[in-house]
Amino acid sequence: MDLRVKLEIYEGPLDLLLHLIKKNEVDIYDIPIALITGQYLEYLGLMESLNIELAGEFLLMAATLTQIKSKLLLPVLEEDQDEEEEDPRMAIVRPLLEHMKIRDAADALERRAILDRDVFTRDIPWPELGLAPAEEELIEVSLFELIDAFQRLVSKFEAVSGLDIYLETKTLQERINEIILFLRKNRQASFEELTAKDRTKAEFILSFLAILELARTGCLRLYQHQTAKVIMLLFADKPNLFVQVGLNENNREEEQDSEEDPVE
Amino acid sequence: MSLSLKTIVEGLLFVAEEPLSLEKISEITEGVAVDRLQKVMDELAAEYDETGRAYVLCQVAGGYQFRTRPELSSYILRMKKKSPTRLSRATLETLAVIAYRQPILRAEIERIRGVDVGGVLKTLLEKGLIRVAGRKDLPGKPIIYGTTKKFLETFDLPSLDALPSLEEIESLGQEKEGKLF
Repeated sequence: MDLRVKLEIYEGPLDLLLHLIKKNEVDIYDIPIALITGQYLEYLGLMESLNIELAGEFLLMAATLTQIKSKLLLPVLEEDQDEEEEDPRMAIVRPLLEHMKIRDAADALERRAILDRDVFTRDIPWPELGLAPAEEELIEVSLFELIDAFQRLVSKFEAVSGLDIYLETKTLQERINEIILFLRKNRQASFEELTAKDRTKAEFILSFLAILELARTGCLRLYQHQTAKVIMLLFADKPNLFVQVGLNENNREEEQDSEEDPVE
Repeated sequence: MSLSLKTIVEGLLFVAEEPLSLEKISEITEGVAVDRLQKVMDELAAEYDETGRAYVLCQVAGGYQFRTRPELSSYILRMKKKSPTRLSRATLETLAVIAYRQPILRAEIERIRGVDVGGVLKTLLEKGLIRVAGRKDLPGKPIIYGTTKKFLETFDLPSLDALPSLEEIESLGQEKEGKLF
């Protein structure tokens, strides 16, 4: 079965760079290029191993970073020094700054008194703009935060040494099904909660892929609590849920049967 | 009862389905001067604000409109049982690029955001927040995008000039965030 998850990556290479700069608390005008390039490539590797399709822009940025790194390693000749050659890092600093400006501008837009969210006019029908949870302390989670959570949890499994016997117990489809059933009952769950029962790394990865697939199809929304940093999954029940995640009719019947008659 | 101009304007505003411009009111009232209407409008706005009504007179998208106070939003949303306007991060950022750099080519937006924006552009067009503002005289006649009147209405803006400049936003952000960068 092809487990390739096509996650829509709204966050691009610039977001990933900013994420790393923030995480390392370094100065944007004095980026430690070797450190950041190393971490950037690590992320790409991780995303690749998760079968997250990488947009070409990510690879282009990787090439740019590597090029800057090599330029910085080259000795500067005495004569050239007078020419005041520009810091090669400016090639990424400039777009980063522009990107930050736009992110700030988006924040400023978000803070405005938005019609049909903060302020209302007399009832004029507006097309629906989407769903939102009432919890104000939640922020939408970015792909990189999700990967951070993945890394944190997957390390838990790596610590346990032992023979890794790979038993194919569940399919992705089955795991998706389980998560839907769980969320139907509870409406929401934390990332940790959903992966708590996974005993092997393979099981955990399966859960992670199932969550990604559900997020991609809009069956659940991922939020992070601003202070607790817990990633929450909020269920967006859709009538055609099973069709969307590709469950066939048989599966659906089975599931209904088991609900009606839990003891066989 | 003899009608005052203020009462007439108030009545028009009450019924209007979209922001009402002074020019439009002037037309309806058969030629009352715009500056006189402006004065009446300012008085009305002040009255609503001072008397603590649930709604206030807002200047949006080139006109005036009654809007509820933001403090009431949770009650109104509960009554409407409708999801509030919600824009994803990608949508907001793309919208910000277009708002500040319009008229702009898709390729330009993608250069600034560093990602493909095809899907987001489609969403924004569907929501009526952006429009095709024309085509650029370049090979392939690429489409250029701009914001719409609905964008101004949604974000409580009298006009595009009312958008705070990127520099203003930046200085605000620096005060808030301290010296992280």
